[in-house]
Amino acid sequence: MTFNRDKLFEKSLTLSAWLVVILVAAMCLSLVLYALPVFRTTGFGFLFHRLWDPLQGKFGAMPFLVGTLLTSFLALLFSLPFSLAIAIFLGEYFNSGKIALFFQNTTSLLAGIPSVIYGFWGLFVLVPLVRKLEIKLGVLPYGVGIFTASLILSIMIIPYAASVGREVISLVPSELKEAAYALGATRWEVIRHVIFPYARSGIFAGILLSLGRAIGETMAVTMVIGNNNQFPTSLFAPANTMASVIANEFTEATSDVYLSALIAIALLLFLVTTVINIIGRYIIEKLSV
Amino acid sequence: MIENYRKRKLVNTLMKGLVFFFTILSLVPLLFILFYLIKQGIGAINWEFLTHLPKPVGESGGGVFNAIVGTIILIVLSTLMAVPLGIGAGIYLAEVKAGKLAYLLRLGTDILQGTPSIVLGVIAYLWVVKPMKSFSALAGSVALAIMMLPMIVCSTEETLKLIPYSLKEAALALGVPYYRTILKVILPAGFSGILTGILLGIARIAGETAPLLFTAFGSPYLNLNPLKPISALPLVVFNYASSPYPDWWRQAWGASFVLTVMVLVFNLAAKIGTRKWEIKF
Repeated sequence: MTFNRDKLFEKSLTLSAWLVVILVAAMCLSLVLYALPVFRTTGFGFLFHRLWDPLQGKFGAMPFLVGTLLTSFLALLFSLPFSLAIAIFLGEYFNSGKIALFFQNTTSLLAGIPSVIYGFWGLFVLVPLVRKLEIKLGVLPYGVGIFTASLILSIMIIPYAASVGREVISLVPSELKEAAYALGATRWEVIRHVIFPYARSGIFAGILLSLGRAIGETMAVTMVIGNNNQFPTSLFAPANTMASVIANEFTEATSDVYLSALIAIALLLFLVTTVINIIGRYIIEKLSV
Repeated sequence: MIENYRKRKLVNTLMKGLVFFFTILSLVPLLFILFYLIKQGIGAINWEFLTHLPKPVGESGGGVFNAIVGTIILIVLSTLMAVPLGIGAGIYLAEVKAGKLAYLLRLGTDILQGTPSIVLGVIAYLWVVKPMKSFSALAGSVALAIMMLPMIVCSTEETLKLIPYSLKEAALALGVPYYRTILKVILPAGFSGILTGILLGIARIAGETAPLLFTAFGSPYLNLNPLKPISALPLVVFNYASSPYPDWWRQAWGASFVLTVMVLVFNLAAKIGTRKWEIKF
């Protein structure tokens, strides 16, 4: 009797492991299956066409690919000095004590605020500010657009990138740092010549992981990017990202090809973020061993 | 020599200043958001807001009671779906460690962890909404459950790995069968860690909007039926924020505040839970 129960228990564990694996496989499979019709009608040109006009049955994903690339890389660029500074600040200057605790609590608090609220705040506070800036610069004052979306995204990824960076910086062995200090190095020289080289791959992984975040982020971007399906011509132009076009148009997709085109974009989004995440995780895992 | 020394010292101070400057500057937008949320949110909250249903467009007043109930239903349903499967898979990882299935499972949870939430919404639409031909709370919870799953698997595995092997050996040496050793000795010892993982998972899904847009969909009525469209706080924030009515904007701030407090409570509970029932051996 006990023997049977043991077997049953082991079997149910194996079953739940298989279920999770099958779940992921089934996710990929359904995305591919439902994305097929659009590839059948437009071929791989789907990825390169610049025209997205569902009414005429034209589906080209290029505007959204470019929109996603622009917003996420700009966001990365904006956030990099800040997240690096916080990572060094918390990893080296204040790695314990009250100030560290304050910063840790604030960043975890802010990482917990739902993204729709960032979007809401962006819509009511950031958009008017950007509009003022655009009037000063003499470009069309939409307020919403790629630039605004990148700003809100960079605010959102700072806590995330900083926490990964702090972690890898604190992994640097103190013997190495002490050796450099013993040779008379200043603190900055230790950071520059010991910590950075040692943590380089980890910092790179942190950047990759936050890039994955930025690419997949939906709500905050959807609310401030302006929902425009034209190929983006300027950094201040309203546009759409892969995630935001799905959020905006999925419930409106009337024809099967239209739905399939949106699902194909979801598949693409899934593949890109998966590759980025797996590489990032792989690097961090290698580093912490 | 002295010249060089001065220069190095100057660079050191300069870089220190730069790091401090950027760190403090980065707090500005973050605190600005928090300040705005609290200021606008508290002003919108009163008894009516928390306990009444929304009023039709044009009438002021009304509340988000249905959305609060909807969020709770979504959380309960998705937790019920994700927790048993997640704990099972987590125990498998902690017990088996190597092998083909363990490798695939680890890869799968890694993939799920990085999947954008909007993609999970698409999946739940294809799996639940399309066959049943109706938006539903069930579809929303499927999306949220998939999102929560990897966190539970990971926290279960990490926790069980920390439990000393001697505990298991002692139980087995006493003749306790394997399944009872896991269920009655190992799992209770790791209870706090697993609970923390579940609470963090809930905190993560409670504020999610993207997977609900075309699954739970939202509804202006109080709905308790999991097969019908249901409202949720994040959906209310999104819909009201993009509306043209100032009264709805006010309510959206209120809903944002309630939602943030909810997420914080779960995060805090997780933190306190870890500290209180920390595994000490």
